[in-house]
Amino acid sequence: MRYLKATTILVAAALAAPAFAQDSGGRLDIVVQPEPPGLMLGLVQNGPTQMVAGDIYESLLRYNTDLEPQPSLAKSWEISDDGLVYTFHLNEGVKWHDGAPFTAADVVFSADVFLRETHARLRASLAYVDTIEAPDANTVVFTLKEPFGPFINAFETGTMPIVPKHIYEGTDFANNPANATPIGTGPFKFDKWEKGSYIHLVKNEDYYVDGLPHLDEVFYRVIPDAAARAVAFETGEVDVLPGGSVENWDIPRLAGMDNVCTTGKGWEFFAPHAWMWLNNREGPTADKRFRQAVMYAMNREFMKDVVWNGYGKVATGPVSSRTNFYSDDVTIYNHDPAKAKALLAEMGYDGTPVRLLPLPYGETWQRWAEAVRQNLTEVGIKVDIDSTDVAGWNEKTANWDYDMAFTYLYQYGDPALGVSRNYTADRIKKGSPWNNVEGYNNPELDAKWANAATLVKPEDRMALYTEIQKEIVDDVAVAWMQELEFPTIYRCNVQDLVTTGIGINDGPRNAWIKK
Amino acid sequence: MSILTAILWRLAKAALTLLAIAVLNFFLLHAAPGDPAVVLAGEAGAADEKMIEQLRERFGLDQPFYVQLGKYVGGIVQLDLGYSFRQDAPVSQLILDRLPATLLLTLTAFGISLVCGIALGVAAAARVGKLSDSALTTLALLFYATPLYWLALMAVLVFSVWLGWLPGFGYETVGAGLTGLDRVLDILAHLILPALTLGLFFMAVYMRMTRASMLEVSQLDFVKTAKAKGLSGPAIRRRHILRNAILPVVTLAGLQAGQLVGGAVLTETVFAWPGIGRLMFESLAARDYNTILGVFLVSAAMVILFNIVTDIVYRIVDPRIGATA
Repeated sequence: MRYLKATTILVAAALAAPAFAQDSGGRLDIVVQPEPPGLMLGLVQNGPTQMVAGDIYESLLRYNTDLEPQPSLAKSWEISDDGLVYTFHLNEGVKWHDGAPFTAADVVFSADVFLRETHARLRASLAYVDTIEAPDANTVVFTLKEPFGPFINAFETGTMPIVPKHIYEGTDFANNPANATPIGTGPFKFDKWEKGSYIHLVKNEDYYVDGLPHLDEVFYRVIPDAAARAVAFETGEVDVLPGGSVENWDIPRLAGMDNVCTTGKGWEFFAPHAWMWLNNREGPTADKRFRQAVMYAMNREFMKDVVWNGYGKVATGPVSSRTNFYSDDVTIYNHDPAKAKALLAEMGYDGTPVRLLPLPYGETWQRWAEAVRQNLTEVGIKVDIDSTDVAGWNEKTANWDYDMAFTYLYQYGDPALGVSRNYTADRIKKGSPWNNVEGYNNPELDAKWANAATLVKPEDRMALYTEIQKEIVDDVAVAWMQELEFPTIYRCNVQDLVTTGIGINDGPRNAWIKK
Repeated sequence: MSILTAILWRLAKAALTLLAIAVLNFFLLHAAPGDPAVVLAGEAGAADEKMIEQLRERFGLDQPFYVQLGKYVGGIVQLDLGYSFRQDAPVSQLILDRLPATLLLTLTAFGISLVCGIALGVAAAARVGKLSDSALTTLALLFYATPLYWLALMAVLVFSVWLGWLPGFGYETVGAGLTGLDRVLDILAHLILPALTLGLFFMAVYMRMTRASMLEVSQLDFVKTAKAKGLSGPAIRRRHILRNAILPVVTLAGLQAGQLVGGAVLTETVFAWPGIGRLMFESLAARDYNTILGVFLVSAAMVILFNIVTDIVYRIVDPRIGATA
C-alpha cells in the first residue's frame, strides 16, 4: 500500500548544484518516435511532443520516481490543512527564452485562460478550482471549491505546461504563428526542426538553476522503422532509445552490448497500464461469468515472459502498483483453464465468436493478441482477430464496435486522474477511446470514486480505493493484462538521465556525459 | 495532327483526369474509418467532447460533406492544395520541403537502374547461353524476387553495422555543420545504400526486358541483312538491334518515372530518408486528409506528365510512330 505521506509539504529550496564535479558539454542524440505533430505543449500533448517539449516548457513542480513533488518553477509551496488552498512561491529571475521575464501572471494566464481552453486532461482537474490568483509577481494561489486529493499531481510539465502570456494573450492560440518556434522557460531552447529528420535543441545559457543544464545540445532523431532505430543505436548514431522505441525482442541484444545500460525507471508518473476492453453491453462479454472465464483462461505470466520478454508485471486490477492508492487485496486470477471452462458451462456459452481488436502499435501487440486468442481457444472461446490501423482502432473503440479490444493508458499518479475515468457511468460517452469504453455501470462504486477524489486525508482515500478495487476486480469490468515496462536503453556514460517519474520527458535537464 | 496540337489535346484531357482523380481520392479517403480529430485527440491519451469539437471545427470537419468537397475542389482549381492542420503548414510547402530528398533518391535509383539494366541486358544478350549470361540472369532474378524491405535491412546490416563503411540511414550527418563539397560527399555517402536498394529491383526488370527484347529482334530479317552487309557485331547490336529493342524498356521506364515524385515508402522508411513517400504514409496513418490528397494529386500529375513525355520519346526513338498515335 502506498499513499502520499502528508498533505502539507514544504520543501526548502534545495536547488544549489551538487558539489561533486559533473562534466559539462557534449550532445545527446535521442530517438523520438513517431515524429511529433507539433511542439507547442499547451496545444498538443501526445507522447513524442511531451518528450521533446518537456525540455522547452516547464511547470511548477517535478516529481521524483516515488512521485513526491520536487521544485521546478516553484521553489516552495504550501497546502492548507483543509486541502483547499495551494500556495506556490516561484523562483526569482526566471526568463523566457526570448528574454522576457517570467512572473506569476504567466502562471495565472496559462492555467486559467490558455490551458482551460486547450488541455482536455487538465480541464477535468481545473473543474475543482475556484480561483487562480497572483498576489505578487512571485506567488500563485490556487483556491479549490472542494478538496481534490490528486491536485498536487497536476503540476507536471505535460499536465500544466506554463506558456508565455506576452506571446499568447489575446491571440487565436491554435493559429498563433509562434507555435512553430516554441518559447518556454526550460533548460533547452528550440533551435531547428528539420521535418522528417531531426529536432535540434540548444542549451539555455540563462537557465535559472546554476550549473544546469550540462549538455550543450540535444538532437531528437526521427527514425520511422523499428529495426532501423535498433541499428542506429548499434552504430552509435543515437545515444538513447526511450522506452518503446524498439521491438521487445531487440532489447536483450542491445542491452548486452558493451557500455550499454538499461533502466525501467522514469515511467512511474504515467504507470502505463494495459488491458482489454470487454464490451459490457452486448454479446458474451456482457456476462460477468464470461469475463471472469477470460481472466482464468489467460496465462498472463507466460504472455509477459514471451511477448514482452519478461518486462513488466501482471496487473492485479485497475490501479497500477506504481500509482498511489494501489491495493493488492483483490481476487487473483491465475491461469486456470478448468475454472474458465466451468464458468462458461455455467453461463451456457453457445460458442458465439468474439471479435478482438489488437492495438496497432507494432509487432508486440499483434503477438499479444495472438497469444490471447490461443488461450481463449483452449477453453472453447472462438476469437476473430479484427486488425486495423490506428485511426480505425480509435474509431471502432470510440464507437463501441468491438467485443474485446486491447488498449493501454497512463494513470498520472492518482486513481482520480487516470483510473476512475474508465469505470464511472458519467464517463460513458461515444466518441472517445479513452473514457468508460466498456460501459461498466455500477452506481454504488460511482459514488465511492467521487467521494475518494475529494477526501482530504490519504488514509480515508485509501480505505475507499481498497473497497473499489476489490469489487471491480470481482466484476471484471475489463480484462487487466499488465503493468507495462518500457526500458530506456542508453550508453552508460550518459549520467543522471532518468531521475524523475516522467523519465526522458525532462531527463536532459540534469543529464551529463562522463568523459 | 501536329505534335503540338496532340500535346495540347493531351494536356486538356490530363486536367480533366486530374480533377476526377482528386474527387475520387476525396471520396475514398473519407470512406476510411477514423478522422484526424479523433487521431489527434487519441494521441493525447485523453479527450473530452469539447476537444474533439474544437478540432473538428478547426479542421472544417463539422461542415457537410459536399461543402468540404466543394471547398477542396475549389482550391485545387486555383492550384491551392490546402492546409495541413496536423502539421500546421500549407500542404504545398510540406511537399516542396520533401521534394529535393525524394527526387535525389528516386532519380539516382532511376539512373542506376536504367543505365545498368540496359547495359547488362545488352551484355547478357550478346553472350546468350554462355556462363556469364546465366550468371547475370540468375542475379537479376534474385534482385527481382527479393523483397525490397529485406534487402534494405540486409544492406544496412552488412555495410553499416558489420563493415561500418556507409551510414545506415538519414539524409546527412545530423549536426555536423558540413558545408560545400564536404556536405555533398556526406549526402552522397548517405545516398548510396537507399539508391542501390531502390534501384536494384528496376535494374533487374530492365535487364531482363532488354535481354529478351534484344534476342527477339536479333532474329529478324533486317538483322540478317545487316550481317550480310558485313557490319561488325557491336555495330549491329547498337544501331540495329538495340534501337528496335528499346521500345518496351522506354514504356516501362515511363511508368517508373511517373512514380518518381511519389517517393518510395518502404525505402524511405527503412533508411529514414525524409522524402515524400514517408510524408504520405505518416499522413495516411494520421488521416491528415489534405496532405495525403496533395501527395496523391502531385503524384497523379507526374504519372500523366511522364506518359506524355514517354510518347514524345517514342517518336524520337522510332520515327515511324507518327502523329496518329
